[in-house]
Amino acid sequence: MKYSGLVWKNLRRNRRRTILTAISVAVALFLFVALQSVLTALAAAGNVGSESRLVTRSATGITFPLPQSYFQRLGGTEGVKGVSWGDWFGGIYIDQRNFFAQFAIDAERYLAMYPEIQVPEDQKKAFLAERASAIVGRGLMNRFGWNLGQTVVLKGTVYPGDWEITIRAVYTPGTKSFPDNVMYLRYDYVYERSNHAAEPGWYILKLDDPASAAALASRIDGLFKNSSSPTKTETEKAFQAGFVTMWGNIGFLVRAIGIAVFFAILLVAANTMMMAARERIGELAVLKALGYPNWLVSSFVLVESLVITLSGGVVGIVLARLALSRTGGPLAQFFPGFSVTTGTVMTGLGIATVLGVVSGIVPAWQAARLSVVTALRQVA
Amino acid sequence: MALVEVRSVSKSFQRDTQKITVFEGVDLDVAEGEFLALMGPSGSGKSTMLNLLAGLDQPTSGTICVGGDEITQMSPKRLTAWRARHIGFVFQFYNLLPVLTAFENVELPLLLTRLSKAERREHVATALEVVGLTDRGSHYPRQLSGGQEQRVGIARAIVSDPTMILADEPTGDLDAKSADEILNLLQRLNTEFKKTIIMVTHDAKASERAQAVMHLEKGVFVR
Repeated sequence: MKYSGLVWKNLRRNRRRTILTAISVAVALFLFVALQSVLTALAAAGNVGSESRLVTRSATGITFPLPQSYFQRLGGTEGVKGVSWGDWFGGIYIDQRNFFAQFAIDAERYLAMYPEIQVPEDQKKAFLAERASAIVGRGLMNRFGWNLGQTVVLKGTVYPGDWEITIRAVYTPGTKSFPDNVMYLRYDYVYERSNHAAEPGWYILKLDDPASAAALASRIDGLFKNSSSPTKTETEKAFQAGFVTMWGNIGFLVRAIGIAVFFAILLVAANTMMMAARERIGELAVLKALGYPNWLVSSFVLVESLVITLSGGVVGIVLARLALSRTGGPLAQFFPGFSVTTGTVMTGLGIATVLGVVSGIVPAWQAARLSVVTALRQVA
Repeated sequence: MALVEVRSVSKSFQRDTQKITVFEGVDLDVAEGEFLALMGPSGSGKSTMLNLLAGLDQPTSGTICVGGDEITQMSPKRLTAWRARHIGFVFQFYNLLPVLTAFENVELPLLLTRLSKAERREHVATALEVVGLTDRGSHYPRQLSGGQEQRVGIARAIVSDPTMILADEPTGDLDAKSADEILNLLQRLNTEFKKTIIMVTHDAKASERAQAVMHLEKGVFVR
């Protein structure tokens, strides 16, 4: 501790440079935390969904609907305990920037199949009693400052027109990974107002026995193999994972950006420490002439480097946590369960430490190897 | 028995393929409590000898004993610890750390000891008092004159009560008045505090303050 004053005074020697370096590390760590949280959310998204529910969709693609008549045939399949369906509504609330997911659902059966959508009983009854109504996630309510009973207008894209929807229920997710920013509309209302143009986008099947999921999925797809709308059936978990694979390249890109940022900041920090050590080579030599051992002199350089990167890192991580966790952040609407995890924070601190050690190790080593006689002759 | 015994010391450097011999087979004795001035023309090896005596450099051959310790046999680690305990170094260009106050600069050698903070304060205050800078402890080097900076350098050299003080051209960067003050101070340290001082200088006036003068000429010390 008796040397801390010396380290502190050296850090203050060129305050502007020290602060700018710490800020660059802070920005890098802020980016890291944001990008890593996206990756964590992507990985978590792959685990969303149940193994005991199957999703049957068009084999051609998720945007192609399936016939209503499949409901009966799916329900009659052995091993299927219940069937419901949903469809992408795709309305715009005021402006396209206010994007959020809206699903038209086969209300009663769908809610029975999803215990994750937790709604007070009276609100659920109100939703089921009124066709032009919706269940809205708590996060979405907070985002737009909506109130229960409020009517919102959605501009239809798939189903044209202005859709006045009254919020009759607010759900809270039963699990952390289940999104809290979805609006569920009533399919029967959409079907009626669209002049029967609506069709199920996908079917949800509840299974008797999750162990039979693979065999059942294969059997179901076999049923519709030669029809005009062949199906692709998989567990809900695999269905969600399929969405995540669409983000696969983004995951790679995010990692690549993260690594590039890391190395850029490493160079900045290393350059700063090299400059800081080089410009006081004579002072380091004086310390050694006074009897300071090599390890102590190099420790000063290394500790300075660590103080800069760790202080910058802590600032970056704290700011990222405040910006992304406290308000939910803009990324939360795209990635359900998006949050800055303790693991991400610890990894960030680890990176700041590695940055400090790696950028300080060369000047520290040079300080240890410094010839006192040569260095003093240089500064004379 | 002399405090410093230099026996058959040679020092040469290799520059590219050329071997440069600074001196060869030099002998030197310095008694305890002596104030010795080493003189000689530029490049004669005065500062090199001082560096050897401080354990900052190693001779090519020969032995150097200080207070019975053969420093030429010590490992670099041991030599560093020995230097902290036995050598007080005064530099020509003061070499104070600009980010530290005069007090903190003087305290630097004491940080290597086991003294408590209060004890360190006491020692530093005494050293600053000896050099007459009690009221300048909180000043930074840039706020001091050259003479004052050198006095802080001397306070730093004596604060840990070393066996000997090695001064490399301590007045080389000072005006006549300041140089005189520094020489007075060194003389006082020698007479009043019985400090052994070896001073390198090429200023004949400065060397007059020493008890003994040795000239290094053509690799040989001449009294």
